[in-house]
Amino acid sequence: MSDKTIYAIYDDDYVLLESAKHLVGKGIHIRDVFSPFPIHGLDPVIGLARTRIAMTAFIYGMCGVAIALTGMWYFMIYDWPLNVGGKPNFSLIDNIPSFVPITFEFGVLCAGHGMALTYFLRNWTLPGFKGRNPYPRTTDDRFVMEIHAEDSKLSAEEIVAFIDETCVLEIDEK
Amino acid sequence: MHKEAAIREPLILGSPTYSDISNDVLFAIENKPTKLWKVLMVIASIAALWGIGCITYLLGVGIGTWGLNNTVGWAWDITNFVWWVGIGHAGTLISAVLLLFRQKWRMAINRPAEAMTIFAVFMAGLFPLIHMGRIWMAYWVLPLPNQFGSLWVNFNSPLLWDVFAISTYLSVSLVFWYIGLIPDFGTIRDRATRPVQKLMYGLLSFGWTGNAKAWQRFEEVSLVLAGLATPLVFSVHSIVSMDFATSVIPGWHTTIFPPYFVAGAVFSGFAMVQTLMLIVRKAMRLEHYVTIKHIEYMNIVIIVTGSIVGVAYLTELFIAYYSGVEYESYAFINRLSGPYWWSYWAMMTCNVVSPHLFWSNKLRTNLAFTFVMSIIVNIGMWFERFVIIVTSVHRDYLPSSWSMFYPTWVDIGVFVGTIGLFSVFYLLFLKYFPVLAFNEVKSILKSSGEQYKNMTDEEFKTLHPVFKKDIK
Repeated sequence: MSDKTIYAIYDDDYVLLESAKHLVGKGIHIRDVFSPFPIHGLDPVIGLARTRIAMTAFIYGMCGVAIALTGMWYFMIYDWPLNVGGKPNFSLIDNIPSFVPITFEFGVLCAGHGMALTYFLRNWTLPGFKGRNPYPRTTDDRFVMEIHAEDSKLSAEEIVAFIDETCVLEIDEK
Repeated sequence: MHKEAAIREPLILGSPTYSDISNDVLFAIENKPTKLWKVLMVIASIAALWGIGCITYLLGVGIGTWGLNNTVGWAWDITNFVWWVGIGHAGTLISAVLLLFRQKWRMAINRPAEAMTIFAVFMAGLFPLIHMGRIWMAYWVLPLPNQFGSLWVNFNSPLLWDVFAISTYLSVSLVFWYIGLIPDFGTIRDRATRPVQKLMYGLLSFGWTGNAKAWQRFEEVSLVLAGLATPLVFSVHSIVSMDFATSVIPGWHTTIFPPYFVAGAVFSGFAMVQTLMLIVRKAMRLEHYVTIKHIEYMNIVIIVTGSIVGVAYLTELFIAYYSGVEYESYAFINRLSGPYWWSYWAMMTCNVVSPHLFWSNKLRTNLAFTFVMSIIVNIGMWFERFVIIVTSVHRDYLPSSWSMFYPTWVDIGVFVGTIGLFSVFYLLFLKYFPVLAFNEVKSILKSSGEQYKNMTDEEFKTLHPVFKKDIK
């Protein structure tokens, strides 16, 4: 088993997608694809599981709702029950209607920011980090497949031969 | 390939390649600023500095230097606040609601519209802060432990809801905008040739890589943020309207306010997007991406929301009569025939009558006409807020305290200053940020681009052969 990395460079998203289907059909595992924009329909082809990041947003949102309600209960009901215009704050349940807006806003605030932070950490993108795309043009108009020879049963030469059947622009071995 | 119905007009004109799209959009960033940009920047900076000067003077002297008096406690300040927040509604509406409805035309305008939103909300947020007079005590709006017997802020008050709504709206919009910007900053970083540019955009791009998993997460995050931002857009202006609606002032105390304010906000926001985009597409030569069809779509939104606003005005008027409450009736009679009649009729003409000219296909697709209309709507919506705020309070229950509001030079200066400050931010955005979400625009090239749109599958496959053996 060699640990050769093969980069197949394409100049079109459609050609890359169809080529990926062809290569996967031959038993080649595509480790990653770099592209300037999302290629729809690629994820199932290269065997990428659906992201669970939406669930984290829900969890953060629910935490926000809980924090907001607890906070408002403490401020308005427990610690200092304000009496404005003869309308005192006695219990959380009676006061809930006027707490709805802030509960909602705070829930959205936590969901949005929590998910964004999770997204940055999972993508490992934070200020000062270096881009890890193999070629600078993959963020402009090049579409690149990264294939590791060790991932499939074929030899590096066989993989290159299969890639070469497709309209690839360039094959780079490292 | 995903195909669109042939009857739909293309959203990208001409036959650009993927790198042409990058070149067109990044032209401003990668080249020296034009003379027009410099001239506009100087004008905007002068207005902004004048505004900052007025604000400094205001903070030094106190808000008595505004034209407010005992009867009219809210006037231009809150008018400007609501006007700017309203303008700030179109951006997130375009990027969030249109994303949920899978409207592809949003891709060409969501970035500049969101930038407008963010800068407009900055301007809006300024007014309540300076209205406090003692801006250094602005942190009192937050529920912080304190020495005053631990007296907390009042969570039953819409004014506090507003603090939470606007700050949430601003920060979530900012995150939504920035997450969309990151891949585009990545492109600029990888194309940059000058070291300073490479470093700056390298920092801004957060080390974006653009691999398959990152794009998958990107799309999911955009979708979820859109889902979160949609109710947020509606909640923010509903809450702004409750600042008025929950008080017992005739003319303010109406249940129609939340939907009416939201429709008005979208109306004015789209008008401002038109004003800006018509200049930007021309000055930056982006006519292939922001086409007449895009302008027409936005004009249609203006007709719809303008009609909702019109219905709301008439409903309000009818209910004032039908309720039988004499104070409520008087508030409206005073609006349309009192000393501020001209502002009421200016509002009615600009917001209710003029949008219906857009029913004509010829006018709707005429750029010069659209530009004039967008200015008229902006003016009309400013008058709407002025009418609601000032005419409702200037004649209160006690005729001896009736008075008029006259703006002072500080009132005018602060307003002009916010327009200047907004323009400075916007011009900087146009020069240093990718104006269109060009990487997203690339993703609709094959479904909505002019050269691909009505291609048959055969033609498409000849143009993009997959296997070398297929090349003829």
